[in-house]
Amino acid sequence: MTRVKVIPENKKNIIDKIIEMSGENIRDCMQCGKCSAGCPASDGMDLLPHQVIRLLQLGQIDRIVESKSIWNCASCFTCAQRCPRNIDIANIMEAIRLTIIRCVGNSRLKADDVPSKVDCKMPQQAIVSGFRKYNK
Amino acid sequence: MQRIGVFVCWCGTNIAGTVNIEKVIAAAGEMPGVVYAKDYQYMCSAVGQNLVKNTIKEQKLDRVVIASCSPRMHEATFRKTAKVAGLNPYLVEVANIREHCSWIHKNKEEATKKAIALTRAAVAKVALNTALIAGEIGVESRALVIGGGIAGIQTALDIAEAGYEVDIIEKSPSIGGKMAQIDKTFPTLDCSACILTPKMVDVSTHPNINIYTYSELENVKGYVGNFEVTMNQRARSVNMEKCIGCGICTDKCPSKKAKSEFEEGLRNRSAIYTPFPQAIPNVPVIDREACIKFKTGKCGLCETVCPAGAIEFSQEDTKITKKYGAIVVAIGYDIIALDKFGEYAYTNHQDVITSLEFERLTNAAGPTGGKLVRPSDHKKPKKVVFVQCVGSRDKTERGKTYCSKICCMYTAKHAMLIRDKYPDIETYVFYIDVRTPGKNFDEFHRRAVEEYGVNYIKGMVGKIFPDGEKLQVHGVDALTGDTIKIDADMVVLAAATKAKEDAEDLGRKLSISTDTNNFFTEAHPKLKPVETHCAGIYLAGACQGPKDIPETVAQASGAAAKAIGLLSKDKLVNNPCISEVDEKICSGCLACTKICPYDAITSKVITFNDHGKITKRVVAQVNKALCQGCGGCTVACRPGAIDIKGFTNKQILAEVDALCR
Repeated sequence: MTRVKVIPENKKNIIDKIIEMSGENIRDCMQCGKCSAGCPASDGMDLLPHQVIRLLQLGQIDRIVESKSIWNCASCFTCAQRCPRNIDIANIMEAIRLTIIRCVGNSRLKADDVPSKVDCKMPQQAIVSGFRKYNK
Repeated sequence: MQRIGVFVCWCGTNIAGTVNIEKVIAAAGEMPGVVYAKDYQYMCSAVGQNLVKNTIKEQKLDRVVIASCSPRMHEATFRKTAKVAGLNPYLVEVANIREHCSWIHKNKEEATKKAIALTRAAVAKVALNTALIAGEIGVESRALVIGGGIAGIQTALDIAEAGYEVDIIEKSPSIGGKMAQIDKTFPTLDCSACILTPKMVDVSTHPNINIYTYSELENVKGYVGNFEVTMNQRARSVNMEKCIGCGICTDKCPSKKAKSEFEEGLRNRSAIYTPFPQAIPNVPVIDREACIKFKTGKCGLCETVCPAGAIEFSQEDTKITKKYGAIVVAIGYDIIALDKFGEYAYTNHQDVITSLEFERLTNAAGPTGGKLVRPSDHKKPKKVVFVQCVGSRDKTERGKTYCSKICCMYTAKHAMLIRDKYPDIETYVFYIDVRTPGKNFDEFHRRAVEEYGVNYIKGMVGKIFPDGEKLQVHGVDALTGDTIKIDADMVVLAAATKAKEDAEDLGRKLSISTDTNNFFTEAHPKLKPVETHCAGIYLAGACQGPKDIPETVAQASGAAAKAIGLLSKDKLVNNPCISEVDEKICSGCLACTKICPYDAITSKVITFNDHGKITKRVVAQVNKALCQGCGGCTVACRPGAIDIKGFTNKQILAEVDALCR
């Protein structure tokens, strides 16, 4: 076991981003574990939902990125429904996923390219969402 | 010319950190009528007060302004100081330059400007102050205790022992409250009934105590020392004088389908019933909603079998009005309904119970005679799971944001009692944090773990569902990160405590405030824990916030001491800042009588000489004892004939003028 630094300097931005995107206050979590206890997808998770929130509180984003848990989350919102602290954990999971997607790979979609790709059959939302995912 | 003295307090750095005291002193010296201005670090200290006292004498001051903290804090202190120096206490004004200025501002220059303006307003007002003399009112030497639980019982006993009359008003048919339902008490595990029932008997036999059960408070009039309370004693349908408490009626009653409130619905009771065998008074009541006689007109079996002829179907609610000097509120608490917690299956499975139901199940006098069995099939359970914080520390609309305080201890007690009686039953406690501050409390919890082998699991339960005869409990151990499943036979939920449903309503009747959770608010969270903001009304027990028995009893004795202190006075000093009618201006419209919340204004007819012609006219008249100086009438008065002494329209306008200068 190596000693970790609580909220490392270089991770502050990304954690702030996750909080901003999800709109949830991770400090509200008191680690009761109710989300993990009732999670129907917990079987395939190497980190339980409450552990993901704890690692977020500590700024250990790398360990969350390495884990399978965020991809196993089915966004069923059972955790959000039952959390006694009113935290929408599924929302945070989505924010983490989005943050990771935005961090990896190149900027494959540039603002200038968008007009040429506009197709009347393609829903606008798909373009917006694609722009979110593939633009750095 | 007046001789006004201005004293500016630093309050350490509280004021001096944000306000330039020197500038305030300099500005104060220039204000009209001011002959002396001085500062000191702590004006409320003995040295500071002496400074004020000596200066009043030396400088022959006839009015004083203290620029310091809020008048709520130290107005009384400085009025006393002035009185000692021979100045009428109502010639002192306090300029609040702490709460209204230094604490809320950061910019020193702006804050200094504001402090000067506030001081200027106080100087302008004090110049118009007149000497006021406080009147005296009598005190009714009898106390009313609302609620007959352990808090009310202890309060009543203490007040009665001091030699004063006490009335207890209790909503249910018997005194005893929640403590009567409980089996054992932590941390000593002594039997709750064994320590409570003797106290109940003491209350019922004490010559100074009167008990009104099955009664509710209807309205309260008056003020400290002279409350006039009307209560509604509901029709018991049984004559309290004649009944001998033999219990034949309850045995013979054919209607036995009502759920027993005392047994938390685990057992049915008859329509005519005493809540429990040790009830005080030991006189049954007829539940008119369940009684066949009241529903259909046929039956009346109880009347036939009663050997004392005590059954009176024709009884009606009676109103009782009495005067009291002090009131103690001790209405206790309840637990929240669990119907919103679907994941715990409380509403659809009999073997998922609340902790209060568990108390009845394990109680020797309870529905199972103290034998621990599952409510569904009366089989002995093999595994019992306890879930703490059900609705406590819960920010959602399902629960309560606060910690219910008593659950950690009673859950440890329950698990311990099971392991003590039945070492073969496995017990599991799911908890978020174990909070056991208190004398011998943590030792108690550790004993449950170390000596009795109760399995404590840090984590919550996510779901409970029936699985054959068993209850599947899905939980988590937050420490290891393992999800857990337990095939339990019974689940006990520690439901959050909450204020009584009628607390807010009662608060309104008594003019005392409740907090966001409907618990009554004490006058000061640290220094006035049993007083309310309404003089003469005190708080005891869990109606002020979640509390265990030792704390409740301590607070009850505290409230009793406060009530005794009040009742022991022959006279109370009146607030002289009350309204006054200028009969020359009063038009006799009597709008003020309608707005007065204390019914302090009546009318009278005066005769006056109008250029030689004698005429009669109606004018308003203020009862000096009843008026509380709220000022409602001064606003309602169209001709402007009513003024509050000490806060006259002239004084207020002078303040506004000074602020706007």
